[in-house]
Amino acid sequence: MKNKKYKKILILGSGALQIGQAGEFDYSGSQAIKALKEEGIRTILVNPNIATIQTSRLLADIVYFLPVTDYFVEQIIKKEKPDGILLSFGGQTALNCGISLTKKGILEKYHVAILGTPISAIMLTEDRQAFANHLATIHIPTPLSEAATSIEKAKKIAKKLGFPVMVRSGFSLGGQGSGIAKNMEELMSIVTHAFSFVPQVLVEQYLHHYKEIEYEVVRDKDDNCITVCNMENMDPLGIHTGESVVIAPSQTLTNTEYHQLRAASIKIVRSLGIVGECNVQFALNPKGNFTLNASPLTLDYFVIEVNARLSRSSALASKATGYPLAYVAAKLALGYALPKLRNSVTKVTSACFEPSLDYIVVKLPRWDMEKFKGAELRIGSSMKSVGEAMGIGRTFGEAYQKAIRMYDLTYTGAVDDTPTFTKTELHDALKYPTSKRMWAIAAALRQGITIPTLHHLTGIDPWFLSRIKNIVKEEETLRAHPHLLTSKLRHMKELGFSDRRIGMLTNQTGIAVRNIRKELGILPSVFQIDTLAAEFPAKTNYLYMTYNGNHHDVAPTGKNGVIVLGSGPYRIGSSVEFDWTSVSTVMALKKYKKKSIVINCNPETVSTDYDISDRLYFEEMSFERITDIYEFEHPEGIILSVGGQTPNNRAQALFHFGVKLLGTSAENIDIAEDRSKFSALCDTLKILQPAWESVSSLSAAEDFAKRVGYPVLIRPSYVLSGSAMNVCGNKEDLEKFLKEATIVSRQHPVTISRFYEQAKELEFDAVAQKGDIKAYVISEHIENAGVHSGDATVVLPTQEVSKTTKEKMSRAAGKIAKALHITGPFNIQFLAKNNEVLVIEVNVRASRTFPFISKVTGVNLMDLFVQCLFEKTVQPVSANKMKSHPELVSGSQIPDPTFVAVKVPQFSFSRLKGADPTPHVEMASTGEVACFGDTVEEAYLKGYLAVGGHIPEKGVFISLSGDEKKEKFLKSVKQLAKKNLPFFATQHTYDFLSQAGISLTKVYKIYDNKTPNVLTLIQEGKVDLVINIVDRNLPKSMKDSFAIRRGAIDANVSLFTKIKNARLFIDAITKYSLTDLAIKSWEEYE
Amino acid sequence: MKQKKAYLVFKDGQTFEGFSWGYQKGIAGEVVFSTGMVGYPEAFTDPSFEGQILVSTYPLIGSYGVPEKKLWESDRVHIAGLVVSNYIDTPSHYQSTMTLGAWLTKQKVPAVEIKDTRFLTQYLRDNGSQLGKIVIEGDKNIDFHDPNTNNLVARVSPKSLFVSSPQAETLSTKLKTILMIDCGAKRNMQRCLLKRGVRVITAPWDYDPFKRDGIPFDGLIISNGPGDPKMATATITTIKKALENKTPTLGVCLGNQLMALAAGGDTYKLKFGHRGQNQPCILMGSKNCYITTQNHGFAVGEIPPGFREWFVNANDNTNEGIIHTKYPFMAAQFHPEANPGPVDTEWIFDYFLERV
Repeated sequence: MKNKKYKKILILGSGALQIGQAGEFDYSGSQAIKALKEEGIRTILVNPNIATIQTSRLLADIVYFLPVTDYFVEQIIKKEKPDGILLSFGGQTALNCGISLTKKGILEKYHVAILGTPISAIMLTEDRQAFANHLATIHIPTPLSEAATSIEKAKKIAKKLGFPVMVRSGFSLGGQGSGIAKNMEELMSIVTHAFSFVPQVLVEQYLHHYKEIEYEVVRDKDDNCITVCNMENMDPLGIHTGESVVIAPSQTLTNTEYHQLRAASIKIVRSLGIVGECNVQFALNPKGNFTLNASPLTLDYFVIEVNARLSRSSALASKATGYPLAYVAAKLALGYALPKLRNSVTKVTSACFEPSLDYIVVKLPRWDMEKFKGAELRIGSSMKSVGEAMGIGRTFGEAYQKAIRMYDLTYTGAVDDTPTFTKTELHDALKYPTSKRMWAIAAALRQGITIPTLHHLTGIDPWFLSRIKNIVKEEETLRAHPHLLTSKLRHMKELGFSDRRIGMLTNQTGIAVRNIRKELGILPSVFQIDTLAAEFPAKTNYLYMTYNGNHHDVAPTGKNGVIVLGSGPYRIGSSVEFDWTSVSTVMALKKYKKKSIVINCNPETVSTDYDISDRLYFEEMSFERITDIYEFEHPEGIILSVGGQTPNNRAQALFHFGVKLLGTSAENIDIAEDRSKFSALCDTLKILQPAWESVSSLSAAEDFAKRVGYPVLIRPSYVLSGSAMNVCGNKEDLEKFLKEATIVSRQHPVTISRFYEQAKELEFDAVAQKGDIKAYVISEHIENAGVHSGDATVVLPTQEVSKTTKEKMSRAAGKIAKALHITGPFNIQFLAKNNEVLVIEVNVRASRTFPFISKVTGVNLMDLFVQCLFEKTVQPVSANKMKSHPELVSGSQIPDPTFVAVKVPQFSFSRLKGADPTPHVEMASTGEVACFGDTVEEAYLKGYLAVGGHIPEKGVFISLSGDEKKEKFLKSVKQLAKKNLPFFATQHTYDFLSQAGISLTKVYKIYDNKTPNVLTLIQEGKVDLVINIVDRNLPKSMKDSFAIRRGAIDANVSLFTKIKNARLFIDAITKYSLTDLAIKSWEEYE
Repeated sequence: MKQKKAYLVFKDGQTFEGFSWGYQKGIAGEVVFSTGMVGYPEAFTDPSFEGQILVSTYPLIGSYGVPEKKLWESDRVHIAGLVVSNYIDTPSHYQSTMTLGAWLTKQKVPAVEIKDTRFLTQYLRDNGSQLGKIVIEGDKNIDFHDPNTNNLVARVSPKSLFVSSPQAETLSTKLKTILMIDCGAKRNMQRCLLKRGVRVITAPWDYDPFKRDGIPFDGLIISNGPGDPKMATATITTIKKALENKTPTLGVCLGNQLMALAAGGDTYKLKFGHRGQNQPCILMGSKNCYITTQNHGFAVGEIPPGFREWFVNANDNTNEGIIHTKYPFMAAQFHPEANPGPVDTEWIFDYFLERV
């Protein structure tokens, strides 16, 4: 049956990854596009997130890298005239945009049908009060609550309900602006913050330590309704499900609880008329309160949230069960009936069924809060995590301990010797959960704190605590009697202990334990995830490993197989871009008839979709598990250069174990990663690099700084996204930061190097074969050096780079590629100053700019990489690709695009209370977008709007520090003055600007405690742009400056802290108004 | 305490090794698997499992302990033995009165922790339900035994009549009486009827409600129950009379098979049966598909004359219910009373009662 009704469908994506809305929507959007394409429908996608798979050539027919806002989407509708639109595959961003388009009558005007769930239902679920009223009519309980649109009203309601109360905000993602208020003061703070984002909050009865349970429900137009998965949060109510350890299926629910909640979720979904997917979250009283007589059963439960769209939980449920939720939801939106769809895993059974699991799944959120200076570490009712990992096992221990190692490979499992807690720290960590809570629980159990006490403090069900205690107990017995008897070793493996951990407990290496284990024949089994617990044979390629088994479901792939290591959980510095590089590599392998075997553990990814690779191991990316898989599969080799730094870090261990690495050799990867070796190489090759030294004492660092002069940059070796990197302007800074860096990594010395101010930073991305560069692209940072490359605004083609500089770069890169005999992707970061280029860093792997440059230039560098692996001699890219550029025939430089593309970072500072929202050498952005234009200004403005920015219409607050910066920025201020917006500034900036002839209003500093000041201006809506240029050399005592930035972020007001960005933005808004921005698709730019 | 080793041995010699828990004495029976992930107290007390050694495909069991007796589905455990990958001995639930291990010991039901229950399931799926036995280390050997050669229905059916009345609040104006031939019914069948305001008379499997001095009633329900339907000859005779008398009759599970046999249809043994809570059933002539609880090893093969298929399994197209084209005779192969499992088909009781 083919769909006949729709020919052209518009799909809204979710934009940049941000906290609360991450890679899961690349998964859902991609599946939706696939489902539509099968029907012969033309798909138009609006998504500025260039790092996604959905915006690849292989998926949508037409892609617009434009902001997902009603203005832009209306223009696209006007132009493309689609007959339908999908709103539920792009998270809250797409949903909000769809609601706005509906309210403005745009969809009606252009006759665009909303497919799937009716918009009225979506709007109902988004209006908390109306939704609570609706649920009351179908006798579904919600917590006592009332909606407030003002602070006064919120206070009144709280008084009525009594503290503590839960504040929830409607129309927001990831519970932003939500929180638990124990008193009036806390209420004020939460509500004030919430109202800067949303018009309405709900003040509700707080259900202390209730269980939180979720159902993923699917319904078709014929009213067939199934629940694909239920999940139980290990953490009690009050901790956002995105911040909770989540287990599927539920563990502590009886049949009555499970099925009464299931029935309630179905009742809700039916009452709303959902067509597609819906997530329902419940609070359940753990102490119970129900009677079982002849009368209906009554559970003590409440509905706490309903998401009438694909969500993070549905992505998790999809990966947890193998049921392709987003794909099915898209088919249902087209009008298919559930019983008519096949289960795409078994191929023989119906899609109208509920998966039965013969394993359990544990999801762990991935936090990166240490990366944000000053950020509050506590977790709660709004999201702070940036990614997630999912462990699969057949005991709780196996799944849970896997998940912890997936979370971060530095941890060995549920019990770890770090972090350590003092007695008070431990008590606090238990009572007020932080990202360290898993280890706090284990530490508490080791210290003999009882389960009832722990339960009382944490609200975690004793079931989970008992399971963790079981793990702790196993460790303690081994520690006491460190003998690896067969039965003991087997039992520990069944409970998910790693070889490394067992080694630590028995004073030997992990490898030694591995050898003993193999000798004893204790090996993991390869099991399929088949959606129905082996009831029917399934040909699924979705696999995991377990020690709770003794057979394999599949036979080894053998020589034709190629293992591709994915990215692991998304975190700061490693995100969806590495999923794109992984998936693109897998796709390219097909062309060479290689069987791809993906290893990844991140449920938000497309690479873990059931139909991407020939085999998917949803597994740990530890040395132990990779070698387990390698030894089982006997593949041709492993690709570890496409999943970011995590797989790259495995290179040495895998090589020494005897694994065949496809691409650059491990020795050469080591030379690139080891600073001393690399530096020696640069010296030999006569390539310049900033002066540096490896120091392990403060005095050595000071000596170095004295020699080369301040500022200096310090960082530990093997960095990921600049952990503990800092620029030190003086001796005091150096002392302070060096302490931080050494805490991060005690065993590694710290690298100190000269820091160049006002230098340009450039990216050189390339693919080489046996040392010969086959293709390269140079892109340019807008910001000066000092902003982490992941946080930088990147422009392609370069705007202000001379030909000489480029030539020097490519010459240096050529030498490095040759010396390291590189085969595969690599990236070099250069510093350019005074016509000299210096190498800052080389990564012998795909970098985060690969999807951006591949898509902008039209040359898929991952394709080229695979070609370099399996073809004898690959021609330089311009020879076969760019016939229109004869001058480049023999060259490897990819010709510049005829348009300008700008990659703009997405920050999530508004979610991280207390964090200083200014980019620096440590990466802090959570995602990115890229937009195109005829000029850099046009592309930048689109990009800035796509990450949530606004064009100012009300007023501008300017704060400039440092005389030099003031002078440099004056021209831009004068330019901005032409927009006739009122300007505001405090004393110093006011004096400077008014002397320069600019008319503006003087306001007080925040700490003067007088009005007006910048915060009152923002609150009164008089300012919608804050320019706060910070001088690095000024002392850090600028409380006011921090308060200005934080105030802008907390009020959702545009903020610029870097002079070059601010200048570009002013150029852009003075040159372009919204309506000037071209509505052109990717195809039209090419 | 060191756990004893235990083995699950099949007639073809295939042996699975594991550890013993529960009652420490071997037993023989028919080995079947169930894919339900929740509701073990309900499932284990389902009389339809009489004589069967149950393999749970879901690897964890025991997590919420065992509730008090009134929450069970009958007054004892009916499975002959249990095989699971990972027994949880630290239950957590406010309703729990004891651990699952303690309960099984009390109820004299042996259990084995065998790690690779997935392989075991694949074995049963490929070879069909098999005769097997649990052998415990140091215990004397026992013979294989096919429970289906016994009249299992007679073993689990009540010995006398029992009347229960609905609570006053649910009383309808005209009190209907339903006579339920209890071939091994779960208690929730009665609960489902009582909450609909009817009086329920529970009767033994061989009770003849049409005998001269029989107790008056308005409709007849033939419950679920264990084993081969062809052994329950007395019940088949009763249904024949009901059909002749045009007495409104509802069959559930075994009741479906018995109604087919009584009306001239036929039944057969499925390779490995349907046991779980996720079986999709299509209501014939509609667009509706329901997720149902199932627990049966036999099925209706030949639809009897005058009847049509009421439900069909969306996975394997086996019969899931029959309904008469003219008279109020109907039967479902799945369990509308659930417990364990989804409650989506409870409407069948309403549908039936509207026709009584």
